[in-house]
Amino acid sequence: MTRSFAIAALMTAFTVLSAQGQPGKIKIGYVNTFSGPNAFIGNDEKDGFELALDHLGRKMGNLDVQMIYEDDQIKPEVGRQVTEKLLQSDKVDVVTGYNWSNVLLASVKPAIDAKTFIISGNAGPSQLAGEACSPWFFSASWQNDQTPMALGELLNQRNVKKLFVLAPNYAAGKDMAAGVKKTFKGEVVGEEYTRWPGQVDFSTELSKVRSVKPDAVWVFYPGQAGAQFVQQYSQAGLLGQIPIYSSFTVDALTLPQLKELALGHVSTQEWVQDLDNPANKKFVADFRKKYGRYPSYYSAQNYDAAMLIASAVVATGGKLDDKDAFRAALEKANFQSVRGKFRYNTNHFPIQDFYAQEVVKDAQGEFTMKTLSTVFTDMKDVFYEKCQMK
Amino acid sequence: MSLLIDQTLNGVQLALLLFLVAAGLTLVFGIMDFMNLSHGSLFMMGAYFAATFVALTGSFVLGGLLAILCTTLLGLAIEAIWLRPLFGRGHLDQVLGTFGLVLFFNDFVRLVWGPAGRTLAVPQALAGQVSLGPTFSYPVYRLVLIGVGLLVAAGLYLLVQRTKTGMIIRAAASDRDMAGAIGADVTLVSTFVFGLGAALAGLAGLFAAPLLTVQIGMGDNILILALVIIVIGGLGSVRGAFLAALIVGLIDALGRAYLPELLRLVLSPVAASTAAGALSSVAIYILLALVLLVRPQGLFPARGAR
Amino acid sequence: MRQPSPRFLLTCALLLLLALAPLSATFVGNDYPLIVLTRVVILAMAAVSLDLILGYGGMVSLGHAAFLGIGAYAVGIMTAQDVTSGFLQWPLAILAAAVAALVIGALSLRTRGVYFILVTLAFAQMVYFLSVGLDAYGGEDGLVIPTRSQFGLLNLTNRTTFYFLCLALLVATIALVAHLARTRFGMVLRGAAMNERRMRALGFPVYRYRLAAFVIAGALCGLAGILLANHSEFVSPSVMNWGRSADLIIMVVLGGMGSAVGPLLGAMVFMLAEETLSHVTTYWQLVFGPLILIFVRFARSGLVGLFPERAGDG
Repeated sequence: MTRSFAIAALMTAFTVLSAQGQPGKIKIGYVNTFSGPNAFIGNDEKDGFELALDHLGRKMGNLDVQMIYEDDQIKPEVGRQVTEKLLQSDKVDVVTGYNWSNVLLASVKPAIDAKTFIISGNAGPSQLAGEACSPWFFSASWQNDQTPMALGELLNQRNVKKLFVLAPNYAAGKDMAAGVKKTFKGEVVGEEYTRWPGQVDFSTELSKVRSVKPDAVWVFYPGQAGAQFVQQYSQAGLLGQIPIYSSFTVDALTLPQLKELALGHVSTQEWVQDLDNPANKKFVADFRKKYGRYPSYYSAQNYDAAMLIASAVVATGGKLDDKDAFRAALEKANFQSVRGKFRYNTNHFPIQDFYAQEVVKDAQGEFTMKTLSTVFTDMKDVFYEKCQMK
Repeated sequence: MSLLIDQTLNGVQLALLLFLVAAGLTLVFGIMDFMNLSHGSLFMMGAYFAATFVALTGSFVLGGLLAILCTTLLGLAIEAIWLRPLFGRGHLDQVLGTFGLVLFFNDFVRLVWGPAGRTLAVPQALAGQVSLGPTFSYPVYRLVLIGVGLLVAAGLYLLVQRTKTGMIIRAAASDRDMAGAIGADVTLVSTFVFGLGAALAGLAGLFAAPLLTVQIGMGDNILILALVIIVIGGLGSVRGAFLAALIVGLIDALGRAYLPELLRLVLSPVAASTAAGALSSVAIYILLALVLLVRPQGLFPARGAR
Repeated sequence: MRQPSPRFLLTCALLLLLALAPLSATFVGNDYPLIVLTRVVILAMAAVSLDLILGYGGMVSLGHAAFLGIGAYAVGIMTAQDVTSGFLQWPLAILAAAVAALVIGALSLRTRGVYFILVTLAFAQMVYFLSVGLDAYGGEDGLVIPTRSQFGLLNLTNRTTFYFLCLALLVATIALVAHLARTRFGMVLRGAAMNERRMRALGFPVYRYRLAAFVIAGALCGLAGILLANHSEFVSPSVMNWGRSADLIIMVVLGGMGSAVGPLLGAMVFMLAEETLSHVTTYWQLVFGPLILIFVRFARSGLVGLFPERAGDG
C-alpha cells in the first residue's frame, strides 16, 4: 500500500514538475529602433504595445507577460543579431516589433529556424506576402504596396497626370514606389531613390523636381526623413507650387515638427485616429491620456499586435507549446482591432479597408488627421497568390 | 539647365561644409604630422552643442557662437589630455589612439543627450528662398552656408599666406624641426592650429545640424571624406583642401544628378539609383587612390623634402 | 627537455578553452554562447591574417575588412545564383579574395607610411561602395543566405560541427602564420619592417615578399569571410566598413602584434568585452575607448606581452 502510494505521489510530482516547463509566463521579444533620429518611431510603437498590455492587465489569458526590448539601430544586421539573441538566449515565445522591412527580412530566417512566431507590427515586405511567405510569420499591419496603391487610386480621382515618385532605396521604399505605380494611371515623369537611412538632405532630388515640373510629387519618407523632406520642400519654395502627396511621411509623429507646413496634406492609411468603433475610441482616448499626444498608425498597429497575440493565448488556454494550435488561433484573429474589422488572407496578411485622410487642426489647435473617404474596401495584397504556404 | 545650376550650387555647398572640417584636419596633419581620426567627433560635438544652445537661447546666432566656443575648448582639452601623448609616435599608434576617442565620443553623446539624437530646425529667418533669376530660386540657408564658407576660406587664406602666424604654420608644415630650429614657437602655433581646427569643425557641425540631423556617429563618414580631401589637396595645404573639397563636392552632386539618367538606359530605375549613388562614392575613392599612387603629395604639396 | 614557455602554455590554454566551448550549451541550457564564440573564432582568424602583414610586416592596412566582405559576398552571390556546393564556393571565394589582394597590394605597396594606410582605406571603401551599389544582391539592405555551403556528409547547419570546423581553420591559420614567421620569408618581412633599406641592400626583393604576404593575408581573411557568411546566413556591406577594419587592427594590437596567438587573445577580449560589457553598461565604448589609449601608451606589446616567449623571461 505504501509503495503504490509512493509511486502515485512520484508520478503526480513528475507530471506537475514537467508541466512547470512554462511557469505561467509568456516571453515576448520586441525588436525596434530605439536609437538615432528614428527612435521616436520605435518608442511610439512600443507605447502602443504597452498600452495594450495595460488594457490586458499585463496578462495574456492566464499567462504573465514578460517583455524583452532590443534595439535594431535601424540596421538589418543588428536586427538579425538581436533577433537571434532573443530566440537563442532569451528563448522568447514570440518575437515582434519590426518597423523596417529590411530589418524584418534579415530577421525572419532565424525565427523560422527556431520555430518561433514572428509578428510584424509595421513592416510588410512583398517577399513575405508572396513566395517567401511562412507559416511562422504574421503581419499585424499591412503589405507595403497596399497603402500607396490606395494613394495611386486617389491621385487618379484627383486627376493628377504627371507624377514624380521619390522614395528611399531599401526594401520598403522599393515596395512603396512599386505600389503607387501599380494603380496610378497617369505618367511617371520622375523616379528617384535616395540613400537610406543616411541621406536626409534632399537638395539634389528637389532640384530634379523643379526641373521636371510634375503635377504632383509622391514621397515615402518614414520618420525623421519625412519631417526633413517636407521642411526642405518648403524651403525650396515648392510647397505652394507643386502639391505633395505621401505615404507614411506625414503622420502623428512628424506633425509636431511640421505643423502648418502640413495643413491640408492628403495621404492614405489603413487606420485614422477618428475611426468610429469602440476599440479605437478607447485606444485613442487612453493613449492621449497616458502619453499626452495623438497615437499614430504605428502605435495602433502594435496595439493590435499585442491584442492579436493575446487572443491566441486565450484561444489555446496558454499552452504555448502547441504551435499548430497557436497558429490556427492567430489565423482566426479573434480580437477587437482598432481598425474595426480585421481578418487574415491565406498569406497571413490582413484584408482591410484603406482610407484617404487629411491633416487638420483639432479643437485644441493640435494637428491631427481626419478621414476623408474610403478608397478601397476589403483590400487584399497583390502577392498572396504566389504564397504556397507550408 | 536649371538643374545644372541647382546642382552646382548644391555641390559647392557640400564642398564648403566638407572644407570647414578638412581645413582643420589638414593644418593639424601638416604641422604635427598627426593622423587625427577624432576630428569627426569634434564635428559631431559641434552639432550637439548647437542643438542644445540654440534651443536654450532661442537664437541661432547666439547658440551657434556658444557651440563653436565650446567645441574649441573641447578640442583644446582633447589635445592636451588625449592627443599629446600620441604626438611623435607612429601613425599606427595615432590611428588607434584617435579611433578610441571616436568610440568614446559616440558613447558620450549617447550618455549625455540620449540615444535618439537631436533635431535643429533651419532658423525661421533663413527658411525661405532667394530668386536668382526669372525661374530659379535657391534656399536662403544654403546660400548663407556658401557665403560663410567662402568668407572662412578667404580668412584662412589670408591667415596662412599673409600673417606671421601663417608663415610659421607654412614653415612648420614644410619642415617642423627646421622651423623650430630657426626660433619659431611651433608648440604654440600647434595649439593655435588645433583650436582653430576645432572651431571650424564646430562651425561645420552647427551648419550641418539642420541638414543632416544630429545623431550618434554623424562624424564618422564626414571624417573619411575629409581625409580624402586633405590627401587630394595636399597634406598641410589649405588651398589644396579648398580645391579638393570642390572636386569632391561636385563629383558627388553632379554624379547624383546625372548618373541615374545615364544608368537608366541600361538598368531599372531602382537599380540605376542604387548604382548611381554608389558610383559617385567609388569615383571619389578611385580619385584618392590615383592621387596616392601617382602624386601622393597632392595638388598643392605643402611638405618639403622629408 | 625544454621547459614550455608561458606563451606556449597560453596558446594551449586558449585553444583548450575554445575546444571545450560546446559544453557551455549544457551548462547554460542554450546554444547562444556557442553562437557568440563561433563569431569570435571567425574574427580571430581575420585578426591573425592581419597580423601577418601588420604585426610581422609592419604594413598598417586600414582596409583589411574588405577581404572579409569579398569572401562573404562571394558565398552570398553564388548561393543566390544556386551554386551551393561548398567544393565550388570556397575555392572560388578564396580565389576572389586572393586576386583582390593581389591587385590592391600590388598598387598599395608602392606607397609608404601614412599614404599606405590611406590607400588601403581607399580601396576598402571602393569595395564597400561596390557592394552598396549591387542592387541585385540587396545593396545596403544586405543579402540573406538561405542555405549554408553544402559539403555532402559534412553538415554545416549543425552548430557544433560548424564551430569545430571554424576552430580547426583558426588553428591552421595560427599554425601557418607562426610557421611563416620562422621561415626566411618571415625573417625578410620582419627585417624589412625594421629596416627596409638594409634588406634591399642584402638583395631581397622586399616588394615581392610583401606582396606575397599581402595576398596570403587577404586569402586567409577571405576564408574567414566565407565562414562569417555561413555563420550569419546573411551578408551586408557593413561587414566591411572602415570601422570594422579599425576593429581588426585593435584586436591585433590589443592582443599583441607579431605573435601568432596575440590576435586570438585580442579578438577574444575585444569581442567578449563588447558582448559582456554591454549587459553591465550600455556605455561600454566609454570605457573601451580610453582603454585603447592606455594600451597604446603603456602596453604596446599587447596582452600577450604578459606571457614571455621563453621560459624564465619576464
